[in-house]
Amino acid sequence: MSKPNEMTIADARDALRAGEITSVELTEACLKAIDEAEVLNAVVHKTPDLALEQARAADERIRAGEAPALCGIPLGIKDLFCTRGVNSQAASFILDGFRPEYESTVTQNLFDAGAVMLGKLNMDEFAMGSSNETSHYGPAVNPWKVDGRKLTPGGSSGGSAAAVAADLCLGATGTDTGGSIRQPAAFTGIVGIKPTYGRCSRWGIIAFASSLDQAGPMTKTVRDAAIMLSAMSGHDPKDSTSADIPVPDFEAMLSGDIRGRKIGIPKEYRMEGMPAEIEALWAKGADMLRDAGAEIVDISLPHTKYALPAYYVIAPAEASSNLARYDGVRYGHRARLAEGEGIAEMYEKTRAEGFGAEVKRRVMIGTYVLSAGFYDAYYNRARKVRALIKKDFEDVFAEGVDAILTPATPSAAFGLGEMADADPVQMYLNDVFTVTVNLAGLPGISVPAGLDAQGLPLGLQLIGRPWEEGDLLNVAQALEAAAGFVSRPEKWW
Amino acid sequence: MLDLTFDAPKPKVISGATGDWELVIGMEVHAQVASKAKLFSGASTEFGAEPNSNVSFVDAAMPGMLPVINEFCVEQAVRTGLGLKAQINLVSAFDRKNYFYPDLPQGYQISQLYHPIVGEGEVLVEMGPGLARRVRIERIHIEQDAGKSIHDMDPHMSFVDLNRTGVALMEIVSRPDIRGPEEAAAYIAKLRQIMRYLGTCDGNMQNGNLRADVNVSVCRPGDYEKYLETGDFGHLGTRCEIKNMNSMRFIQAAIEYEARRQIAILEDGGTVDQETRLFDPDKGETRSMRSKEEAHDYRYFPCPDLLPLEIEQEWVDAIRDSLPELPDEKKARFITEFGLSDYDASVLTADVEAARFFEKVAEGRDGKMAANWVINELFGRLKKDGLEIGESPIGAERLGAIIELISRGDISGKIAKQVFEIAYTTGREPAEIVETEGLKQVTDTGAIEAAVDEVIAANPAQVEKARENPKLVGWFVGQVMKATGGKANPKAVNETVRARLGL
Repeated sequence: MSKPNEMTIADARDALRAGEITSVELTEACLKAIDEAEVLNAVVHKTPDLALEQARAADERIRAGEAPALCGIPLGIKDLFCTRGVNSQAASFILDGFRPEYESTVTQNLFDAGAVMLGKLNMDEFAMGSSNETSHYGPAVNPWKVDGRKLTPGGSSGGSAAAVAADLCLGATGTDTGGSIRQPAAFTGIVGIKPTYGRCSRWGIIAFASSLDQAGPMTKTVRDAAIMLSAMSGHDPKDSTSADIPVPDFEAMLSGDIRGRKIGIPKEYRMEGMPAEIEALWAKGADMLRDAGAEIVDISLPHTKYALPAYYVIAPAEASSNLARYDGVRYGHRARLAEGEGIAEMYEKTRAEGFGAEVKRRVMIGTYVLSAGFYDAYYNRARKVRALIKKDFEDVFAEGVDAILTPATPSAAFGLGEMADADPVQMYLNDVFTVTVNLAGLPGISVPAGLDAQGLPLGLQLIGRPWEEGDLLNVAQALEAAAGFVSRPEKWW
Repeated sequence: MLDLTFDAPKPKVISGATGDWELVIGMEVHAQVASKAKLFSGASTEFGAEPNSNVSFVDAAMPGMLPVINEFCVEQAVRTGLGLKAQINLVSAFDRKNYFYPDLPQGYQISQLYHPIVGEGEVLVEMGPGLARRVRIERIHIEQDAGKSIHDMDPHMSFVDLNRTGVALMEIVSRPDIRGPEEAAAYIAKLRQIMRYLGTCDGNMQNGNLRADVNVSVCRPGDYEKYLETGDFGHLGTRCEIKNMNSMRFIQAAIEYEARRQIAILEDGGTVDQETRLFDPDKGETRSMRSKEEAHDYRYFPCPDLLPLEIEQEWVDAIRDSLPELPDEKKARFITEFGLSDYDASVLTADVEAARFFEKVAEGRDGKMAANWVINELFGRLKKDGLEIGESPIGAERLGAIIELISRGDISGKIAKQVFEIAYTTGREPAEIVETEGLKQVTDTGAIEAAVDEVIAANPAQVEKARENPKLVGWFVGQVMKATGGKANPKAVNETVRARLGL
């Protein structure tokens, strides 16, 4: 038997219910793994006391025979989620020392399902980044390594991805605004799903771009993602954009049977300069799904090429407004003022000291695109593009396509610091395959499907119909099974 | 129903050195929605609470908090729109107006720029008998109020009270149809009256629950008509906006000052700069707050935390069916139903509670008499004590009972005033007062005759004079009334005196 912290959620659940292990044992194993993995910088606030308390309570419930889905399962929580009494800082200095008096709906749902929180996980500051390098805590490190080079786990949910891939927890929450769950999942060889916009409540999740942000699970297997997503989801009257739609038991929908399913291959995702191994993996993925009984069809999503520019207008626009509340007046960091300085200086200094460079860049871009005289040229045009992208998908689904297969990322994980001097747009290109899904509000999942020539994991993305995560997970599981991805990073930390 | 037709009043004209000038005024009135909870949070809106005690996590803009629309506030806005005979938009949407200020925790105000909930309507503002201004309403939208910054508690620090943060406001935007300071005040008074009838805003200006931004410009006679004809604002002068006024008196003073300031500039050959100004009530002046160039760029965009606000026509219809009778209709009805004068009907319908009080008094009784008693006696007495109608120590039933005592001839009008004063101060029943105090009018002919005879017997000289000059009958009546303590029926006394004197 593998070490407790290396178990999948499904196996751990069954073992817990069978009395073969206790939640305390599982939790202690994870806490030990976390302590041994400081170098990965995946966990930024550890909560061992809370974890053990929750584990003991979970063991009680299991003994009483009333164990809900995640009872006793130790999880990591992205620092973007507000967790009562525990630092929740979006990996930003501007929220230095911020401990909310409330619990986000998603984490509360997880706790109600019996989950145990091990700590808060590293991420790009305010979820803005694709390498976890914008974090105030410094970057999380990918447990996968090449030639002794430290690699990025991706971002923004880099800490979540690293923690799951390194077996520091059984699963983790992530959030995905433009690919922040799927890209790091692909970079670390794990599964990550961004559900349909409105599936998970955004209440208590620190906002980046409200119309795009969506929480989702990051796990070792598709089955675990199904289990965790069911627990996280649900209508929340406190979030007006949360959908009042029943949440099915996603795990129960994993039949493994995808015969007759129509899978679209969008030609516009075949980018110029795409690495041959990504293209080969994509083709292999299509073959695997065909072999499993699916019908593979070529489709067109004609407005794809406008998605990235539209995304990098809309997301910063919303962010510039969402981040206005970090002003040093009520909580978080406040700059020290010199004699005679007033409110304008307080704002300027607080925000200059509190935000990192990438956050500042996006706040400025967002402020610019919403400014009088530029609004129509940028923000309104981006909104129109967004509507067209959404329609592209609707047209394809109307033709009977059940899911769309694309690469998850344009490359495997790159080295930390490698992009430091690059044009920021180079970093934004990481999101090229993922942002369309956020703009259209659709569910998308990244499944590990192979290794590149250096031995680094690569992921494929499946995009589903709105509210059909169960079906999407089922296709994803078929892909997972066919790919047979079993590689683990060699433990070097 | 009376068909009331009105003539438009003359605009205010100011004579300058180079000729006459007219005023053109448009207003943005901010009315606090009468609601127990805030627009996007469940926090209380109670006035005068401990600073920062009515503040939810949403109001304080804690990380991750989201707004959820308060349906009742939407209903109140719809009700207000219907009361102003306005178009109700079944789909509206919320936008963010972005700016930094410590009393604005989110860093943006959620408002409705692009798609307001209420569209065009109108208000009839009466300026005298047969005179009224029709003021067109451009739109009404709902938005959040800001908190309060306090700069005078400490020499080094400023404080913020977030109790008002997030309270629902209706911004009622008029067309530039108001033509003078008095009209401006009358317009606000009319809005206030309608909203108080509707129960959608308490209209308390002192507490800041009703305040206005006033746009003032001046033009030459004839220009405004050209604007009306063409819709081209180019015919009108450059406007200045006077911000945040919460007193009728100051609004009038500010408009007057601002118009004269602009005229002086124009007559000097200068141009008026479009700008935002503040009124200084101590100096009676407006002064520049910020110019057009310094105007904020609010970077409005659709609020991504809220879905478009969609309402059903049936819901709107149900609200329409539940609307109370509004001031104009009530006034017309009072004139026809109770035979009141235009003036009395205006006075009695000015405030919905007063109108309600009057109707209770008048029900089944003489309407004119009821109006006289409510306006002259009750209002006068309340004013003396500085009380509102709702605080009246005498209820409508008791005032009605006094009127009944007069109608039945039990007491005279004069005695009735005595009874009213006792009832007002002690809360006793009018009938009981009359009984206990022995104030019942004497209609018994024998007793009156006896009293008359006594007075005649005691004043032979006056009798002689009265036979010469019948006008002296009144003196005898007065003496008899005095002798009977005012209780004798004056009419009976008069008749008896005349008979006895052989007139």
